[in-house]
Amino acid sequence: MTPPLPEADLEQAYDLIAAAIDRAGREYEALFLAKLCLVLGTQLDSLETIVRAIRTAEQDLRERAPPA
Amino acid sequence: MPRPADRGSSLYFTSPQYRFTVPPELRGATREHDVVVVGAGPVGLTAALELARHGVDCVIIDEKGALHDGSRAICIARHSLEIMQQLGLAERFVRKGLGWTHGTSYYGTRPVYRLEMPHSTHERFYPMYNLQQQYVEQFLVEATTEEPRIDLRWQSCLTGIELRGAGATLTVQTPLGAYPLRARHVLAADGARSAVRHLLGLKLHGDAYEGRYVIVDVRMASQYPTERRAFFDPPANPGATVLVHKQPDDIWRVDYQLRDDEAEEQALREDNIRARVGAIVQMIGETAPWELEWWSLYKAYTLALDDYRHGPVLFLGDAAHLVPIFGVRGLNSGLADAMNAAWKLAYVIQGLAPPALLDSYSFERRGATLDVFHNAARSTRFMTPPTRGYRLLQTAALSLAVHGPATRPLINPRQSRPYSYVDSPLTTRTAHEDAFSAGPVAGAPLVNRRLDADLFLLDLLGPGFSGLYFSDSGLIPASLRAFFEELSVAGAIFRPIVIARHADEQAELVSPDAFAPYGAADGTFYLVRPDRHVAARWKHVEPDDIRRALLKTLGN
Repeated sequence: MTPPLPEADLEQAYDLIAAAIDRAGREYEALFLAKLCLVLGTQLDSLETIVRAIRTAEQDLRERAPPA
Repeated sequence: MPRPADRGSSLYFTSPQYRFTVPPELRGATREHDVVVVGAGPVGLTAALELARHGVDCVIIDEKGALHDGSRAICIARHSLEIMQQLGLAERFVRKGLGWTHGTSYYGTRPVYRLEMPHSTHERFYPMYNLQQQYVEQFLVEATTEEPRIDLRWQSCLTGIELRGAGATLTVQTPLGAYPLRARHVLAADGARSAVRHLLGLKLHGDAYEGRYVIVDVRMASQYPTERRAFFDPPANPGATVLVHKQPDDIWRVDYQLRDDEAEEQALREDNIRARVGAIVQMIGETAPWELEWWSLYKAYTLALDDYRHGPVLFLGDAAHLVPIFGVRGLNSGLADAMNAAWKLAYVIQGLAPPALLDSYSFERRGATLDVFHNAARSTRFMTPPTRGYRLLQTAALSLAVHGPATRPLINPRQSRPYSYVDSPLTTRTAHEDAFSAGPVAGAPLVNRRLDADLFLLDLLGPGFSGLYFSDSGLIPASLRAFFEELSVAGAIFRPIVIARHADEQAELVSPDAFAPYGAADGTFYLVRPDRHVAARWKHVEPDDIRRALLKTLGN
């Protein structure tokens, strides 16, 4: 497995993705996030990694109401 | 400070009342004072005590006749305790305060982040102490009253300020009328609504944040240990966050965020506050009865003056900058301002440094503010997401953190830590810097080290500059010894501390274990400023190296 993203980079990624979601706007945010996932997915070296990531992201998905 | 309708005063604290005493100026005296401090809050009092420690007299004026009402700032960082130790007051803080080392963040009610503050047996103080601000003020006022160099004038309100070439004339309104107060230097420590700032027409610049918090103190008996608890989207405050802190005297601080759709007026009604606090108390599993102490509304700002020096006036604490509460940097950075300003002022007044030294105050402490802004803006964006993008990412990060560590660093509240003056014009970065594999870099605060059961390195610092000299034998070369003696005579501004590797009859302090943590070899030297920051360090030092670094750190 590749080493985890350094903390400072993770924080920057957080800000950059948040800003990109806001630029996409409510109507297009889902499409933007889907595209982002595919772009990131194509840069991975195994299907197994993607399957694991999907499972992780699905965990607790409906446990509470999504942000309004 | 709003309190319950049926009670006008605190449940547990009664402030002393401070009388107005007639100052010499109202009897016709026109003496020009070296320093006038405006504001007898924790920052102004600390500055005055530090000036006194360096042998400088000052007058403090404050419009109040009592301590501040309400507990206000409650988290005192280790760095601030080390300041109180320098002022000889740490014991009172430690005895009354509640020390703590960790915290927990929850998503709903599930733990997602464990905050561990840096701590070890080599620290004299805990990373953080919870203590109500009125106790901080009380301890400082008591010390001030015992200090003959400080003339503390209550019920004395600043109504005017006129700057002259090299000083200022303040107009002070008192119960017996107004008088002019002349000062060569003014320390403005009069808080967020600084009268000095307004009278000089200066403005704070920066950002305001969306999130609104209701801050409530309650009295409640509980055995729960002292730690920081943060709840995101908890059942007692859905869609927003809650913070819980324990204070001395069975007082608890509860901060809860208002959702965007909640009106402030409605939210601040006593019955609504009681309902929300009741739900939070129940959520954290407390069953004992609780009482409301006070509450207030809070919004996060990152605001600062463009320059903390305005002619003869230096701005300190909230008068200079307003920071969000989430990193507990308000009071703590104000106390660091006070120490920084006070020693520089003392050295300038005593003719040991040129007036230009005062310019470095703004450079260093405004730099510290901008660093606080950077960290605080980030934690504030996480605590109170400003946009939908941030809200979605906050929810995603929290949800993922329940099961795995990858996103947990994002939840770190980035609590207060001292700032390093690495780029300061007073700091000497020697060619030796890269040769050190450990220890505080030039500009950083000196780190503590246990030397004996109840003896720590910081206990040994002098009131002025100090020098740590590491020596295998405990001996100092003759040239260096002569130089140290010369410095001590030149104004009692230097205290050498020699740390020996081997027991020797000459060595006062033998601590072979202390070499490694400071990256020290035989002949290594740290030059330490009065505010405990490292001015420069050398693997092997010569007297001329120290002479040059000392001149630089005194603003030459």
